[in-house]
Amino acid sequence: MNETSYWTWHIITGLLVLILLGMHMLIMHLDGILGWFSPAEGEAVSWDNVFSRSKHVGFTLTYVLLLGAALYHGLYGLRTILFELSPPVRLQKFINVTFWVGGVFLFIVGTYGSLAIFKQ
Amino acid sequence: MNKENERTYNITYHIRRYNPEKDSAPYWSQFTVKVKPGMTVLEGLHQIKETQDNSLSWRFSCRMGVCGSCGMMINGKLALACNTQILDISSTALTIGPIPNFDIIKDLVPDLTPLFNKHCAVQPYIKRDDLKDMDVPSGELYQTPEELDRYLQFTYCIKCGLCMGACPTMATDKDFLGPMPITQAYRYCTDTRDGGFHERKEVVGTSHGAFRCHYAAECSNVCPKGVDPARAIQFMKRDLVLDYLKLKKRKAPCKEIGSYSGKPVDGIPDPPPFTVDQG
Repeated sequence: MNETSYWTWHIITGLLVLILLGMHMLIMHLDGILGWFSPAEGEAVSWDNVFSRSKHVGFTLTYVLLLGAALYHGLYGLRTILFELSPPVRLQKFINVTFWVGGVFLFIVGTYGSLAIFKQ
Repeated sequence: MNKENERTYNITYHIRRYNPEKDSAPYWSQFTVKVKPGMTVLEGLHQIKETQDNSLSWRFSCRMGVCGSCGMMINGKLALACNTQILDISSTALTIGPIPNFDIIKDLVPDLTPLFNKHCAVQPYIKRDDLKDMDVPSGELYQTPEELDRYLQFTYCIKCGLCMGACPTMATDKDFLGPMPITQAYRYCTDTRDGGFHERKEVVGTSHGAFRCHYAAECSNVCPKGVDPARAIQFMKRDLVLDYLKLKKRKAPCKEIGSYSGKPVDGIPDPPPFTVDQG
């Protein structure tokens, strides 16, 4: 990927994080007022409510989407900070490879966790 | 005559000095300059060199704000010395240093080689597919006033380097292209006579190109010609992203009109009459 494509996806994932994290804030922290997606008695973070949302296909997809968007957005931001310190080209390549491998690994682990609950 | 215009002020110039051939580190020199209203920082430097210390070094040329040679840090702000009146800044003391983010050749003279190398890297000239015609033009290239307006302000750049000195990304990333080269890349990419966007994007769309700009906008803050390089950089980012998403309108470089046959083209007004006898 060249830098234009990296940056374009940084913007796209930033917007996704804004929307999905915004939803998360409304569902989890305004549960007393809105009560969205919390069918069971009690708080939004109660086991029954968390389990109920995790079994919902739409929610599972948004979890995976938020995970991917947050990972990409955060890791690209960290890469930008490191690149502005003018590392040598070999170190730049090492950073790129490490962040891609690490990011994909974390995405797989997180997606597995989300699907594991969904399939229960 | 207005007595205020006759008044003379004694202003202290604190100037950052450095001669790499003799000095181990920069140091400060103080000079007292007799200043009258209307006197510029540049004129003060001349007074010092003529009457107090002829080793003081700085660049200057036009003394009227069009060549960009005399850029320097004046009381914490980057400005052209010829364009800055002393009493507009202070009536007691001036602190003068070289443009930051560049190595120093001597005193207030920065080494602008990186600036010009980066400028060359973006190919700051009209690029077209008809290479023979670039060298030996066979006709005029048509451009509307609206098309000119889209890039005209970015042509006012005088390559003074103040924007490069003010840029916080330039301070940390020595490989960053910088406001001036990216602005000039955008200037030529937006010119309807040019067809070089796809070559320039390989330079401007790199990891040390336009995307390293974080929009501090200090470049626009210090530009003495109103170029607004921060605006150009954001427009360059926009064009790079639209091109990546295949949403950029592809434009052909404008076609030629007419030829140098001596025949007048319709609609072009006559030139004004000569004001000097042509004999």
